[in-house]
Amino acid sequence: MDDLVIARSLFGTTMAFHIIFASLGVGIPLMILCAELLYQKTKNRDYAVMAKRWTKGIAVLLGVAIPSGTIAGVQLSLLWPGFMEVIGKVMALPFQIEIYAFFVEALFMSIYVYAADRISPAMRILSVTLVALGASASAILITNVHAFEGTPDGFRIENGQVVDVDPWAAFFNPSFFVTAGHVTVSAFMTGAFVLASISAYKMLREKNKRVLEFYRKALMLSLVVGGIFSILTALNGHEAAQLLHEYQPEKLAAAEGLFETQSHAPLAIGGFTDPDTQSVKWAIEIPWLLSFLAGNSFDTVVQGLNDFPKEWWPPLFIHTLFNAMVGIGSFLILLSLIGLVWSKVMKRPAFPRPLMWAIIASGPLSMLAIEFGWIFACTGRQPWVIYRMMKTEDAVTQSENLALLFILFAAIYIVLSIAVVLVLKYYFRRHPVINELDSQETGHSNHFTQ
Amino acid sequence: MTNELIAITVLWGFIFIYAVMATMDFGAGFWSMIYMNREKTAATNIANRYLSPTWEVTNVFIVAIVVALVSFFPGATFLLGTVLLIPGSIILLLLAIRSAFLVFAHIAKEYEKVLTYISGISGMIIPALLISVLPITHGEFIETVDGVAKLRMDKLFTSPHEYAFIGFAISSTLFLSSLLLADYSNEANELEAYQTYRRDALILGPISLLMALFIMLTMQDEAPWLYERIMDYLPWLIGSVAMFFVAGAALFLPSAKHQSIRGKPRLAVVAIVIQYFLASYAYGKAHLPYMIYPDVTIQSGFTHPNTFRALFMSYIIGFVILFPGFIYFWRLFMKDKRYLQKNDPS
Repeated sequence: MDDLVIARSLFGTTMAFHIIFASLGVGIPLMILCAELLYQKTKNRDYAVMAKRWTKGIAVLLGVAIPSGTIAGVQLSLLWPGFMEVIGKVMALPFQIEIYAFFVEALFMSIYVYAADRISPAMRILSVTLVALGASASAILITNVHAFEGTPDGFRIENGQVVDVDPWAAFFNPSFFVTAGHVTVSAFMTGAFVLASISAYKMLREKNKRVLEFYRKALMLSLVVGGIFSILTALNGHEAAQLLHEYQPEKLAAAEGLFETQSHAPLAIGGFTDPDTQSVKWAIEIPWLLSFLAGNSFDTVVQGLNDFPKEWWPPLFIHTLFNAMVGIGSFLILLSLIGLVWSKVMKRPAFPRPLMWAIIASGPLSMLAIEFGWIFACTGRQPWVIYRMMKTEDAVTQSENLALLFILFAAIYIVLSIAVVLVLKYYFRRHPVINELDSQETGHSNHFTQ
Repeated sequence: MTNELIAITVLWGFIFIYAVMATMDFGAGFWSMIYMNREKTAATNIANRYLSPTWEVTNVFIVAIVVALVSFFPGATFLLGTVLLIPGSIILLLLAIRSAFLVFAHIAKEYEKVLTYISGISGMIIPALLISVLPITHGEFIETVDGVAKLRMDKLFTSPHEYAFIGFAISSTLFLSSLLLADYSNEANELEAYQTYRRDALILGPISLLMALFIMLTMQDEAPWLYERIMDYLPWLIGSVAMFFVAGAALFLPSAKHQSIRGKPRLAVVAIVIQYFLASYAYGKAHLPYMIYPDVTIQSGFTHPNTFRALFMSYIIGFVILFPGFIYFWRLFMKDKRYLQKNDPS
């Protein structure tokens, strides 16, 4: 394998690992905030217990999220020095502002966790709000760099020199809002569904009525939040696709497996793109729909891959990734709607077993959708690291020995993944929720201090 | 002051703050490992009480340094990123192990010992590698073949200069952290822990000063350009050594708070921070204008002026927003008696 492929694999593995913890680091603080607010509103202790347990969980996850984020940030300079040289000159603002967001998150996370018993409820809510805001802002700002890679703005390259730099034009590049919004709302959605999964799983195994009641509350809260943000993710995703149509047409063409430029273009669902026959094999084709989705009218002309030189084509497998992401997203919307109708409209006390298992699957599925989405977005931009400005192969480090590093980092990620699961299981087995519900009822509430 | 000078001052400021906070951080992890088996003293508890809320904030500073470097000096980033691939990656791997196992140790009490050992030991290797960036910027270990810069690891790790820096990093980490923890124990009225950390500081202080001299000694041969320039700042270095002795004396003065102990640890801490500040100013000033000798200067590596202006504004706004947060944080964890005297920090 050449060094470029190894460098991409190494960085891709880092991101694939980090995005799991980063998404939960954005999504779960919002859930904690919701639980805290519900506790203040209903004065029902269950919500305080919920906030406390989720906080313990996020504290463990941050032990991996923070160092893996540090790795991702530094690896950018180590593996892609050519890219970071341009970013430093043009797109430094989001990185810089992200540091402030990161500080806000770290300071108030510590305050929320270690000083909870010494500060007022209002201050506690403010702290966890700032944690959620800081985490979301970090996600938005870092995603902005990714948005810039797809729709660069605010500079030109002349004779290899970066000229005409306008850092704010780069910051507010055309896809900033839509792309950053997509990452943020999908992280909120994922945090909620992961907690829904856990609650549903616990409910299936639990006999104690008191505990069942606790998990039912957690499940309903997660389903509501997850439902809202899965719909927002879909709406925003639609805008993201229209943006591709306008700014990165070959990426949209590859995502949809469209070879010939045409109006009234069909939407291909499923199947595999075959470059030899220039078609998507075994796909369900819905006539005219792609044109409508791309430009809100059936006579919108959608550019096909054949309009572009072959060396600019993104890898064709992104059609599958794109479908998988959209498919999971649609499933999650449907799932939360069924769940809410079942319990709120039909007023049934319990979900049927198949629905419970579908909810258990929702957490891992939404995480998969995020992974698919990132791989789609980043491999779909190839061969460019900055679209039509800089090729990935020109940005990569000239150093060798990358294979060994790849093995080392992969090994660390595996070790940390196993360790984090074991630690979480260990802690929550040692501290079953029933103990906390009991101690709450007898009045020995001791926030976060055990 | 030129834009380049402002930028390098901010960067060096971050490096200095991180150096102090990181020595505290890694040192506290180390001491909590060393004193873990002593049931009677609160030494481990004190270290953990400091470490639990601060490690995340400390970690942000290392990212802040990297971001300041990339955004202010993208030209230097290219060369540094290329030559630091291997050492930088090893630092990242250790940092990941260290932070994760530090958190895990507090959560999984049954495995606390083994987890604390892993994080404590990896935390000691990190400063040794981090400081190696400095001798690498002195230039003699970078070789350019066919336009591609390479770090000569063989030369680096057979150089006495490198080992002087490593020795300085490790002894300073232990010295500064024991001194700061002595102050923290004093503030928390944990007298036994105070005595322990004061003793450690008294042993490690002279060692770290010797290591600093060893750096100067090896610099004469290995980086004569820097040695000559640093000698222009001799008064700063003498001032630095003087502050070291002020700190030493402070540890023997009668205590204002408790009759049974000796020392004014807060005064010692302030003196030592000034000591390190003076020395780092002399070193940094002598290093200029070179970031990486002799290829990259602060001018050649500098960012686009428009980007610099935007960044500068963001620094001011960021500082104004964050400052109250830092004050609040300080009051909750460094001043609040209820926190300082708690028995179990988790």
